[in-house]
Amino acid sequence: MSVKVISAGILSLLQDAGRFGQHQIGLTSGGPMDPLAFHWANRLCANSAGATAIEVSVGGIKLEAQRALRLAVTGGEMPLKINGSAAQCWQTHSLNAGDRLELGYSQRGCRAYIAIGGGGFDVAADFGSTSTVVREGIGGLNGGALQAGDELASHVDMNTQCWRVPAAERPLYRKWVTLRVIPGYQQHAFSRIQQRLFFHNSFEVSDRCDRMGYRLTGPEVRADIDGILSEGICLGAIQVPADGQPIVLMNDRQTIGGYPKIGSVLSLDLAKLAQLLPGDKVSFAPITIDCAHNALHLAHSRFMAAQLEPLCSE
Amino acid sequence: MNIHVAGENALMIYFGQEANPAVSARVQQVAQRLPALLGERLLDLVPSYASLLVLFNPLLTDHLAVRKAIQAALSEDKSAEASEGCLVELPVYYAEESGPDLAALAERASMSIEEVVALHQRDEYRVYAIGFAPGFAYLGQVDERISAPRLATPRQKVPKGAVAIADRQTAVYPAASPGGWNLIGLCPTPMFDPSSDPSMPVSVGDRVRFVAIDKGEFLSLGGKLPGGGLL
Repeated sequence: MSVKVISAGILSLLQDAGRFGQHQIGLTSGGPMDPLAFHWANRLCANSAGATAIEVSVGGIKLEAQRALRLAVTGGEMPLKINGSAAQCWQTHSLNAGDRLELGYSQRGCRAYIAIGGGGFDVAADFGSTSTVVREGIGGLNGGALQAGDELASHVDMNTQCWRVPAAERPLYRKWVTLRVIPGYQQHAFSRIQQRLFFHNSFEVSDRCDRMGYRLTGPEVRADIDGILSEGICLGAIQVPADGQPIVLMNDRQTIGGYPKIGSVLSLDLAKLAQLLPGDKVSFAPITIDCAHNALHLAHSRFMAAQLEPLCSE
Repeated sequence: MNIHVAGENALMIYFGQEANPAVSARVQQVAQRLPALLGERLLDLVPSYASLLVLFNPLLTDHLAVRKAIQAALSEDKSAEASEGCLVELPVYYAEESGPDLAALAERASMSIEEVVALHQRDEYRVYAIGFAPGFAYLGQVDERISAPRLATPRQKVPKGAVAIADRQTAVYPAASPGGWNLIGLCPTPMFDPSSDPSMPVSVGDRVRFVAIDKGEFLSLGGKLPGGGLL
């Protein structure tokens, strides 16, 4: 074993890139809520793109290295300590057997990622993925969140170089974000006035927000219809139930549902929404699907072109 | 045919306005053709009553190319037989102790409990969709006389194996979960078992028939009555 969980914090889950091709038996996709931070964590450890890492929500996790290894922490601003001393996120750290890594509670951004060198945490895949979906009891160690006492395996890491993500490439976690929306699905069931209401007001993240969906509060947005014949739901779909309060559906969403939907949030912005806490604000801006594709390609190119900065050994 | 944008990586195909076996067969037919046409560009498919959600990798393709592939799948021979689907028999222990809404449903339908149970077994149901939870198969359509709206207040916990009716749909709860459907019995057959292959006894397009069993058979088939009352 390479890492022991001393304390699991509020919610810590093993995640790889997500579970695909299983919607036909009702399994959701899971996967990291903030894929950019997740991919940076793996790159810092020289892992392949979808290697299994830990997603820490809100904070409070404490790990102990069982042997020499390298870890990297990225994502929301949770104070990082190694053996009690403050340490930097967005870089690789070399740990020795017995060293302890600890994440405090988030200041800004509520999802952080801990990746480990040697190809990520070595976990058996369920339905082609290690992503944990607690609601389904699928993935992770036993279908559930990490718990104190859990021991995680990883392959021996031959690499010793440590790296840092350049400051310019690190995302800023804000308290108010604009979510780009590709209008679609039942958008025509929302009148012009209702669409204006939706796109020209801000909404607040309610305390009913989790990996399944983020329920927002704000002006009531009304659809002309109450429900539809149940149909497939994609990542980021914005469903508007009869109470007029939108719900943005996230990684652990139900695969089908019958509420009208006004469109879907661009995944790049969904990652920002996933970093917000109750009380934070969002507004929506419509974009075409072509703009969405351009934005995805640009973000991907930028990520691939960015160079990590080598750190001298510690 | 209607192809609509659903999201950055998703196109929705609508095949009709309502659930019926012909529309559902067409959904299945197109769902079976798309993997060969899209290959690794295809991320996932969500077939439902009268629609098919096509999820693709937006870094490998775009909505225009996927639309073309969908049109190709749609224009292939429509009369070609979609695979017929298997007939799966599911045993059900129908009783008031296993189906707490059975009496209310019978009263609503002005029938005896025996008549409700007989009607539920009479028809062959089609698996229209799988979703909501792993292994939750939406079956339809039940006889109009035994259709019933969802409960005003959903139960906090519906037991695993509960056989239920909502509107003209029926289903077996694959695991204990909250739920608002009317419970009429319990099925001992596991609807979702991640450790077996296949993990589900049915897939979309299959046909299901329910067969009544008594309490003894239910227990010997591994069925468990939920302790502590159903409510």
